Amino acid sequence: MAEATFLDSNELVINMGPQHPSTHGVLRVILKLDGEKVMGTDCVIGYLHRGVEKIGENRTYTQFAPYVDRMDYIAAVSNGLGYCLAVEKLLNAEAPPRAQVTRVILTELNRIASHLIWLGTHALDVGAITPLFYTLREREEILNIFEEYCGARLTTHAFRIGGLQYDLYDKFSEDVTSFCDRFSPRVDEYEALLTNNRIWVSRLRGVGVLNADDCKQYGVTGPVMRAAGVKWDIRRALPYSGYENYDFDIPVGTNADTYDRYLVRMEEMRQSVRIIRQAVANIPDGPIMGKVPKVLKPPVGEVYVSIEAPKGELGYYIVSDGTTQPYRLRVRPPSFINLQALDKMVRGTLIADCVAVIGTIDIVLGEVDR
Amino acid sequence: MDENQKPPSAPGEDSPAAKEAASPAPPPSADAPAAEAAPRPVPKPAPKPAAKAPAVMEATPWEGEIPEAAREAFGEGILRAATYREQDFFETDSGTLVPLLTLLRDAFDYDYLVEETAVDFPKEEKRFELVYIVYSFARNHRIRLKTRIAENEAMASAVPVYAAANWMEREIYDMFGVRFHGHPDLRRILMPDEWQGYPLRKDYGIIQQDQRWVRENLGIESGQ
Repeated sequence: MAEATFLDSNELVINMGPQHPSTHGVLRVILKLDGEKVMGTDCVIGYLHRGVEKIGENRTYTQFAPYVDRMDYIAAVSNGLGYCLAVEKLLNAEAPPRAQVTRVILTELNRIASHLIWLGTHALDVGAITPLFYTLREREEILNIFEEYCGARLTTHAFRIGGLQYDLYDKFSEDVTSFCDRFSPRVDEYEALLTNNRIWVSRLRGVGVLNADDCKQYGVTGPVMRAAGVKWDIRRALPYSGYENYDFDIPVGTNADTYDRYLVRMEEMRQSVRIIRQAVANIPDGPIMGKVPKVLKPPVGEVYVSIEAPKGELGYYIVSDGTTQPYRLRVRPPSFINLQALDKMVRGTLIADCVAVIGTIDIVLGEVDR
Repeated sequence: MDENQKPPSAPGEDSPAAKEAASPAPPPSADAPAAEAAPRPVPKPAPKPAAKAPAVMEATPWEGEIPEAAREAFGEGILRAATYREQDFFETDSGTLVPLLTLLRDAFDYDYLVEETAVDFPKEEKRFELVYIVYSFARNHRIRLKTRIAENEAMASAVPVYAAANWMEREIYDMFGVRFHGHPDLRRILMPDEWQGYPLRKDYGIIQQDQRWVRENLGIESGQ
């Protein structure tokens, strides 16, 4: 047998990230390669760790609310909604109807904004540059509505425990309706660019498959799970904030691959528009703040409350010892849990697919690392 | 250094006296304002004897086929099955928890581990409370499972039951220093590997840090 040459040495370990444009932040993936084939991965995370849970234990319930916006900063409104609902559950309080409808509208707008960022960057990773400009254009319109409503565009802190701080501005309904009118045809426009595009299809179809059983085993939720055919959405399964009053479909895929996840998210944007239209047509009058005291002292107890964030199940587990500060505040971040399945999804595929798979999980490192 | 930190106090739900007080189910007073609950003992330097019952979680007992099946299978291992704010939970001893998870997964379709985390009660003998949340798609129901372990104890890993537990247990190890036996890859996950100390413990101050690590790796005197 001939002596081993460098051609026979078939294992190569390389670093992807933390400074890499397709890792969407500071994610470092150590890849073990055999040629172009991925033999295994190891994620190194924590570069953006700020100790959000520790901060939570050292702030009052009210003081902590703005911090949650800094976790998944692409979908800050969702983070705020989950936190407010959790503390309200602990207090046994509820937001009044007008606040609930407003919350639904803003959260769904935020879901669209989050999916738009995902679509643009995911397409960019895979080699399609154009969609990014289109999606950022539409996202800008959503951020303008946020800015008009609460003054902030990204870290909105839109909600308060017990309701809302600000009532809707005068032309809110018109702005939102006109956005919906303009946005619906644009989803079709994105689809015209991508859905039947040969390069797009061949880069995504059959890539990063994670079937329904694996999704459950790894705790992967959100569009990734729905693309595997599991028709499960917390908005429908365990409704909150009045979601049981809206008509909407839960899109599911069949092939559990990256292409189906793309289709599921596109359809989710359409469904969000549907929810927003129903909500805007029925904004009730009334107060925007429920009966909660100025100083929040929830009784001794603990609750876990979760919502369907754009990326999956976002949960808050809060333990109260009866004081003004949480005794323990745990965030169940969808990005962190979903990222765990990366190894399962890319093992045995090509290194170029790894880029597509990181994009399709839709992670935000601010939430992974907290 | 610890000025901002709240004195660690134990919601006395684990002391025997508190449990006595809680078990005759109090009338369902979901709307009872906080003031009506027994006043919380002001944390004093000396550990307070359980003479005056401290405020406890007003949970009601949880009946049904699942608590029954669990009691039948594990008997004394199930310390409590109760409901608080419409959320059902078990308290078990540490040896029963993972077998109970397996039972819930296999016999009752609780096939999704939502969450695993820990809470630190430094003044209690069994200082760490481990919290597991499981969900069943078929039943559309969540159950929370809790158990206590002492600082020098190790917990059985849930990874053989749910693969999702892998990173969650790594995070608990990272933040609390709880060890899991049977875990395939117990390393720190968010903090640097060489970091000394466990940040989410109650005796770890909010601005405390591993000075040596900061000096050696960042080349600055302090990160604050």
